[in-house]
Amino acid sequence: MSEGITLSVWRGDKDGGEEVGYQVPAVPGMVVLDALHWVQQNAQPDLAVRWNCKAAHCGSCGAEVNGEPKLLCKTRLDDYAGETVRVRPMATFPVIKDLVTDVSWNYQVAEQIPPLDPAVPAPFTMYQEDASRVQEFHRCIECFLCQDTCHVLRNHDGTDKYFGPRFMVKIAEYEMHAVDQGDRVPLLAQAAGLNMCNVTKCCTEVCPQHIRITDNAIIPLKERVVDRYYDPIRTLFRRLAGR
Amino acid sequence: MTTETLETHQYDVIVIGAGGSGLRAAVAAAEGGLKVAVITKSLLGKAHTVMAEGGAAASFGNLDAPDGWETHFYDTMRSGHFINNYRAVEIFALEAPDRVLELEEWGAVFDRTSAGRIMQRAFGAHSFRRLCHIGDHTGLELLRTMQYKSIHSGIDFFMEVTLTTLLKDGERVAGAFGYYRADGRFVLFRAKAVILSTGGWGRIYKITSNSWESTGDGAAMAFRAGADLTDMEMVQFHPTGMVWPPGVRGLLVTEGVRGEGGLLYNSEGERFMERYDPARMELSSRDVVARSIFKEVQAGRGTPHGGAWLDISHKGAEYVKRKLPAMYEQFLTLADLDITRERFEVAPTCHYTMGGIRVDAESCASSVPGLFAAGEVAAGLHGANRLGGNSLTDLLVFGRRAGLGASAYVQAWQGDAPKVDQATVEAEMVRIVAPFQRSEGINPYQLHQQLQELMTVHAGIMRSGDVLAEGLEKILDLKDRARQMMAAGSRTYNPGWHAVFDVENMLLLCEGIVRSALERKESRGAHWRTDYPDELEEFQRVNYVESYRDGEIQVRTEAVSPMPERLAKLFTYGKAPGLVSPAEREAMG
Ligand SMILES: Cc1cc2nc3c(=O)[nH]c(=O)nc-3n(C[C@H](O)[C@H](O)[C@H](O)COP(=O)(O)OP(=O)(O)OC[C@H]3O[C@@H](n4cnc5c(N)ncnc54)[C@H](O)[C@@H]3O)c2cc1C
Ligand code: SF4
Ligand code: SF4
Ligand code: FES
Repeated sequence: MSEGITLSVWRGDKDGGEEVGYQVPAVPGMVVLDALHWVQQNAQPDLAVRWNCKAAHCGSCGAEVNGEPKLLCKTRLDDYAGETVRVRPMATFPVIKDLVTDVSWNYQVAEQIPPLDPAVPAPFTMYQEDASRVQEFHRCIECFLCQDTCHVLRNHDGTDKYFGPRFMVKIAEYEMHAVDQGDRVPLLAQAAGLNMCNVTKCCTEVCPQHIRITDNAIIPLKERVVDRYYDPIRTLFRRLAGR
Repeated sequence: MTTETLETHQYDVIVIGAGGSGLRAAVAAAEGGLKVAVITKSLLGKAHTVMAEGGAAASFGNLDAPDGWETHFYDTMRSGHFINNYRAVEIFALEAPDRVLELEEWGAVFDRTSAGRIMQRAFGAHSFRRLCHIGDHTGLELLRTMQYKSIHSGIDFFMEVTLTTLLKDGERVAGAFGYYRADGRFVLFRAKAVILSTGGWGRIYKITSNSWESTGDGAAMAFRAGADLTDMEMVQFHPTGMVWPPGVRGLLVTEGVRGEGGLLYNSEGERFMERYDPARMELSSRDVVARSIFKEVQAGRGTPHGGAWLDISHKGAEYVKRKLPAMYEQFLTLADLDITRERFEVAPTCHYTMGGIRVDAESCASSVPGLFAAGEVAAGLHGANRLGGNSLTDLLVFGRRAGLGASAYVQAWQGDAPKVDQATVEAEMVRIVAPFQRSEGINPYQLHQQLQELMTVHAGIMRSGDVLAEGLEKILDLKDRARQMMAAGSRTYNPGWHAVFDVENMLLLCEGIVRSALERKESRGAHWRTDYPDELEEFQRVNYVESYRDGEIQVRTEAVSPMPERLAKLFTYGKAPGLVSPAEREAMG
């Protein structure tokens, strides 16, 4: 990686745009975000890109690098030696400018999820094995790369039909919490649109936090919905019990 | 300019900043039934707090039963080298456990002890295992929990809005003005009370663990609006930042690595902390460890890229991956290095600003009526050196108190809502778009780099009178040149334009740092002067306080309030209060 890097960055706004090429000097260990910062500092100060932590902790810098959803601060340039590195905004969300998209829909979805409803006051008696069941979900940095990838949202314009994988992770976090007494199964079956997911696992593949979104969150949630609404014996039992 | 429509909002309380302190403040203010808005210059859930790793300190004593608020108080005062506001420290130590338990009820899932309680880890200069944590992403847990709590608390949110100035009606605060980052549109918030929770200004140094947001906007705005700042000379350098490769230089390596048993070595394979603090070794306070690494490098015993070795590999791969998953991943992806097998290089990195807005310990009120401050932007709790883990609990304890303080202020309100002066707003609009009108000028990014270089050399970890004085000259010169900062392009999401105001704020605070650093002619905590290498009794009695009048910074001293007898007594046993038996206490009166 001794010579320069060739970047091709989508520049534009809601009215359209195009990829623009930049030559950036290479530095060992450089990530895509470093290269974009070099462009900002030396050539185009108005190049728009979100970032905060530069350490894969905040989830601000999601974009698409050579077609794959990635965190710009975690994507090393030496993984693309000899190639042009093409950087484009997340395609699922409306673009504001350059690499910055309008992700406000995700925040609207978040408000529809009922919060934790503890059965007892803190301090909880909760063992590590109970904690471990949900702590994986707490690693989510809300980068929305899984939302960007999910075909229901991306290709089928399904933002009115499905909350998307990020929020299945959030709901699983509460539903599997040892002390929670809330019930989000009706939400999953209706407004959250869990049935829209056909378990392609694409979301899991792009998650930079390695959360096993499909296996550990979505599938167990689907089981809960099935148990509640489609299991004939349980349904009968529930009817007899008057619930 | 004046023909541009001005979006205007009216609130009882506005909270500027959506880090841990801002969200906790907003929840407290909204619980009192007030109309509250939170305004943040990034997206919700991205504030700097998200980066905190190691944990939140609270003296539950879940593992070490003798721990209690008195020992937490004792450790915090000692680490702050006794220039802390003792009353703030007392409130903090007393209230910290309740604030952490609240998080548990709101959804945070901390690591657990075998008895099913919150797990606590050892950290530098804490007498007991005290840091509540979830792996090494405690800040994420705190911020996400507060985020989801606050969106269900009837609060309005304004994301990606940068505020540039506070507005006043006579002496009282009246609101704030700024712009939407997405399209550059102006926006005005009228409010009876304003809570600042804008974080610190760690971006003033070249090597820093801080995010782009840490440009001190809140402190600079408050300073210009007439609020006093204090302890500005006190900047914390964390001993362990990443060193290699260059792109990650400064990125934090959590103190949790040493808390979990990590050891420091120099290039000669010595555990050099033996030389500087044989009792506490790697778990000495941050100021001491940072200085020790610095001195080792200066003595020619540094690692290839100018740091020290840190090694945790002896704890075994399984343990390291479970307790420090983010660190493991960070080194693997960014440095091609497996910390479960290899040692790695670390060196000091700018981390935290102890100084800031001078506030009342009970209510977080500043010297401007209606203006409150909490979190890293406020000063007093940490004194000359912050203890690891004390910031996260600071955010919760004083975030809540600022929210309550602002509520009480609003509830006691008599008469009309404060008026906003039209001419001031119009002048600010002109100032904000001025960088576009300069067809030739200075690139703000380059000015920022020059400022960072200058601060690193002249007011960094090692200081002296001559070098500081020279630094001051250079800052004043940069301030002059800063008037020529320009922006190109449109007002749509334009980071080059936004950077202009960040740099202006940082310049003002840098001048403040250097002016107080010149005055404190001793070494204390994070402030190390080679021309006055000793800690001097007379300086323990004062805080340096700054005010800004007619464009000039004035520095004065204010006496540190002495601790009352009941607290002073805690320092007379010769050991941590938690280790003193009731009989010993009796004997010593
Ligand atoms: C890498 C790292 C690790 C850390 N680990 C720990 C730890 O383990 N334990 C611990 O106790 N402490 C730790 N700290 C310190 C601690 O995280 C911070 O001090 C703390 O999070 C600061 O929180 P805050 O609420 O004061 O503000 P921040 O979280 O800094 O938030 C500031 C907010 O203000 C907003 N803002 C700023 N300026 C403006 C403006 N002009 N207009 C509108 N909004 C504005 C920002 O958008 C943001 O929302 C760590 C720090 C770092 C850098
Ligand atoms: S598994 Fe479901 S949520 Fe994930 S990408 Fe596929 S359809 Fe979307
Ligand atoms: S689940 Fe993973 S990919 Fe989705 S938002 Fe969270 S961290 Fe990002
Ligand atoms: S900048 Fe925070 S995740 Fe990339």
